[in-house]
Amino acid sequence: MAQFTLPKNSKIGVGKTYDHAAGAKRARTISIYRWDPDTGENPRIDKYIIDLDKCGPMVLDAIIYIKNEIDPTVAFRRSCREGICGSCAMNIGGTNTLACTTATESIKGDVKIYPLPHMQVSKDLVPDLTHFYAQYASIKPWLQSETQPPPDKERLQSKEDREKLDGLYECILCACCSTSCPSYWWNSDRYLGPAALLQAHRWLVDSRDEATGERLDNLEDPFRLYRCHTIMNCTRTCPKGLNPAKAIAEIKQMMVARNL
Amino acid sequence: MNLRSDLGRVRGLGSAKSGSHHWMHQRLSAIALIPLALWFVTSLMSHMGDSHGELVDWISSPFVTVLLLALVTSAFYHAKLGLQVVIEDYVHAEMSKMALLVAMKLAVAFGALLGVVAILKISFGMA
Repeated sequence: MAQFTLPKNSKIGVGKTYDHAAGAKRARTISIYRWDPDTGENPRIDKYIIDLDKCGPMVLDAIIYIKNEIDPTVAFRRSCREGICGSCAMNIGGTNTLACTTATESIKGDVKIYPLPHMQVSKDLVPDLTHFYAQYASIKPWLQSETQPPPDKERLQSKEDREKLDGLYECILCACCSTSCPSYWWNSDRYLGPAALLQAHRWLVDSRDEATGERLDNLEDPFRLYRCHTIMNCTRTCPKGLNPAKAIAEIKQMMVARNL
Repeated sequence: MNLRSDLGRVRGLGSAKSGSHHWMHQRLSAIALIPLALWFVTSLMSHMGDSHGELVDWISSPFVTVLLLALVTSAFYHAKLGLQVVIEDYVHAEMSKMALLVAMKLAVAFGALLGVVAILKISFGMA
């Protein structure tokens, strides 16, 4: 059955508090989930009281400030710091989002930061995304075509057909949507999740792709596709403003269309 | 220790090549149940003060019998499709999932048959 309480070794304890806001006009408490696989201790919440005037405006700036100035042991992923690499996806103020595009001021009260929900944690804010990436690979995210491209130019696509990829190609695979989905929490071993399905739809509607039927065959499964129960957390949480729920609904429509 | 590759684990036993019919039927039965349930409730209200005989007469008319049969079968079919999803969502031990699915389908089929036989008996004047 579904598990409603955390296992003993996942119960979160109270950690240390670091006060680094002496004389600050804009003091703010940043609470960060900490777990170190090497100590064998339960996870804990460490609190860092910082002066927002001493760091940049985004939550990622605050975390980098903490790592540089207060506690170098905090582990997290980041790369581009401008919302295009998807590395710094984490749960901030109860919502999965990118730390680099979330302004600290937009969070009311203490800023509570956890790793993406319901994933194995490697350390602190770093989740293990191995399975998530394998699911992406399983939808064959590349152009499949038997027709050879013309020898002297690229494959052509009309403007209208190109527009069908808008709202799909922007996905950066940060995993915010999939890890916000209860259906993915309970059944991610078999359910592909909103991110992989949005990507699947991106190739299903590509006018240059010739494997639409095989792609649909691969998805026609009670778990892979149909665990989506239109809960819509994916669309609500997407930091890029995309709509995975709509993409999944359109895959379901394609399934019906080829049956009628 | 599991040394199977990540992609191999995701592919698992492969696609079941089914699921779209379940999805379509769940929606079709839901749509069918809207007018059927509205009709059933409004007719029950308009037959509120009827005697037993009058109600049996009403049920025996072919139009009403067929609508009642449609209501009972689509309601139980819709329940079967919905309960199946609930069990698949929340029961993860393979053996108990199988057992629950079979038990649920038998129970729903039993309920549907019970309803159908009861309606037919009344309709054919055997009750």
